[in-house]
Amino acid sequence: MLMSPAKKKSNTEDYLRMYRQMVRIRTFEDNANQLYLSAKMPGLTHMYSGEEAVAVGICEALKVTDKITSTHRGHGHCVAKGAEFKQMFCELLGKEEGYCRGKGGSMHIADQSNGNLGANAIVGGSMGIATGSAFTAKLLGRDDVTVCFFGDGATAQGLLYEVMNMAALWNLPVIYACENNGYSEYTTTAEIAAGSITARAEAFGIEAHRVDGQDVLAVNTLTESLVARARKGEGPFFIELMTYRYHGHHVGDINREYYRPKDEERDWKENKDPITLFGAYLTKEGIATAEELEAMQADVRQDAAAAVEYALAAKYPEESEVDMHVYTDVRHALA
Amino acid sequence: MREITLSQAVNEALAEEMRRDETVFIIGEDVAEAGTPFKVLSGLVEEFGAQRVVDTPIAEPGFMGLAVGAAMTGTRPVVDLMFGDFIYLIMDQLCNQAAKTHYMSGGKLSVPLVLRTNLGATRRSAAQHSQSLHALVAHIPGLKVALPSSAYEAKGLMKTAIRDNNPVVIFEDKLMYNDKAPVPEEEFLIPFGQANIKREGSDITLIGTSSMVQVCEKAAEILAAEGISAEVIDPRTIVPLDEEALLKSAKKTSRVIVVDEGHQSFGITGEIASRINEKAFYHLDAPVLRMGAMDVPVPFSPALEDITVPTPQGVAENARRLMSREMIHAA
Repeated sequence: MLMSPAKKKSNTEDYLRMYRQMVRIRTFEDNANQLYLSAKMPGLTHMYSGEEAVAVGICEALKVTDKITSTHRGHGHCVAKGAEFKQMFCELLGKEEGYCRGKGGSMHIADQSNGNLGANAIVGGSMGIATGSAFTAKLLGRDDVTVCFFGDGATAQGLLYEVMNMAALWNLPVIYACENNGYSEYTTTAEIAAGSITARAEAFGIEAHRVDGQDVLAVNTLTESLVARARKGEGPFFIELMTYRYHGHHVGDINREYYRPKDEERDWKENKDPITLFGAYLTKEGIATAEELEAMQADVRQDAAAAVEYALAAKYPEESEVDMHVYTDVRHALA
Repeated sequence: MREITLSQAVNEALAEEMRRDETVFIIGEDVAEAGTPFKVLSGLVEEFGAQRVVDTPIAEPGFMGLAVGAAMTGTRPVVDLMFGDFIYLIMDQLCNQAAKTHYMSGGKLSVPLVLRTNLGATRRSAAQHSQSLHALVAHIPGLKVALPSSAYEAKGLMKTAIRDNNPVVIFEDKLMYNDKAPVPEEEFLIPFGQANIKREGSDITLIGTSSMVQVCEKAAEILAAEGISAEVIDPRTIVPLDEEALLKSAKKTSRVIVVDEGHQSFGITGEIASRINEKAFYHLDAPVLRMGAMDVPVPFSPALEDITVPTPQGVAENARRLMSREMIHAA
């Protein structure tokens, strides 16, 4: 697979950061999966592995003040928008130091201070929120852009069509980013989505693009141009990002040959892995050596291991926290 | 004091708050030039412009969701839901998103949003435009619920709702939009969680919400003529609920009827009755009685519709039964 046209050499730092962010997502997920398999994590989780170029390519085109809304498969968006491992693992384990004080868990994880308006466990549930965030920007005259991440499965939700209609009518600075990983839970996208996905947006007069979601530079280049245009009031936009999830729908979805052949999984992992592809590009262009990339990966692995260790030892919230944060102005709702 | 309609009171509250805070905006179907089918918002678009009085497509989940996101990012939306019955359409955005965002984010995000909608039967509008669904939302932690019983409450509670940093749902009784009540010219707010004793009495307590406050007041008049002294209390907000005021009255009179226009089963009346039973049991001389709307879809025919909701005569009749101790022996 070819990478998009090279940017100038001055982008070396950006490229290495993108590579590192993708590695951080993969490493986070590998650790999260291990925590699940070793029964150290309460509940379950949905792995982002394989889709790293989508979150990183898009979030690297955003400023801290730009907003995103995320999904149940949200760890990648969270990392890409600037979150730290320590608070993320604490959240995953329900600890007090988690980004949501352990009250959200994997499906609601978000570093709010970096403009992440939350991961949402209702499929398509955040489409209104993202559009409303863009509405705020327009009403208050801010130049923030909001990216709404959702999967191909969520295109079946009616809310998408209601809010795309309003976003188009009012030229809101929102980018609908459809991560098409080929599967809607345990069903192929072909079985749940009639017609074309981009045509859905085009029906509202929204400019829609389809991009290789394994090519971080392609994703980033496209997003940068759309974000710049959205800031000028030319939004909304729609992007369909063709990608693949390496794991099942969730970590417990292990025996999945009934809906997805192993050959297909192997093909994506061996031939279309976003990190491998970008690493090859970086070495070919002389931006980094294979050794340097390996050293970066080792460094990230070490960070993650330390964060996991920290989170495992961290304290749970006090029981008295249970009725806090129900209302903003009531310290304990049940007192 | 001047008297204005409930409709004018809501309009004034919105206009005052929109002048005070430029992050407040109204969004919903036909809220601008049309001013809603009930004409409650007439004139606002002329003063504040289409940017802040926003007409939407007929897409309740869409504009409700949009308002949640707008509230999370620095504005104070007032969502206009044309009929309370449409609340079923927005349940995910209201109950899964707005109500839980503050909690799920560990207190980092908040949703300062007002959903104004309506309740009330006997308008000959049949089963999908006549429901009183406030119990559905009162059930969900994270939402506050206000039920104004007159123009005065409608104004004071709306202003408080807009300044609240939580999602607040206000149900106005659509039959009361033209009812007048004394409303001060000068600014005032009504704090949430403070019940109002509309009429003092010593024999029996009638707790009423929304337009049922008027029903209770009329029942109290009937009873007074018979020598029964009824106290009428309006909780004004059911979340938060001024439990203390209700218990105090229950302990004073030792007999209580709770009147609300939502369906009787699994509703507001049952909740309030239960709290009184749990916390004032030894002060009671009779079971706490619930009077809600009949557990049937609201019928169209006037002959049928009128018998589904509590009336002053019905409340007075039940009060007599409680006073006669009939209820105690009925079991």
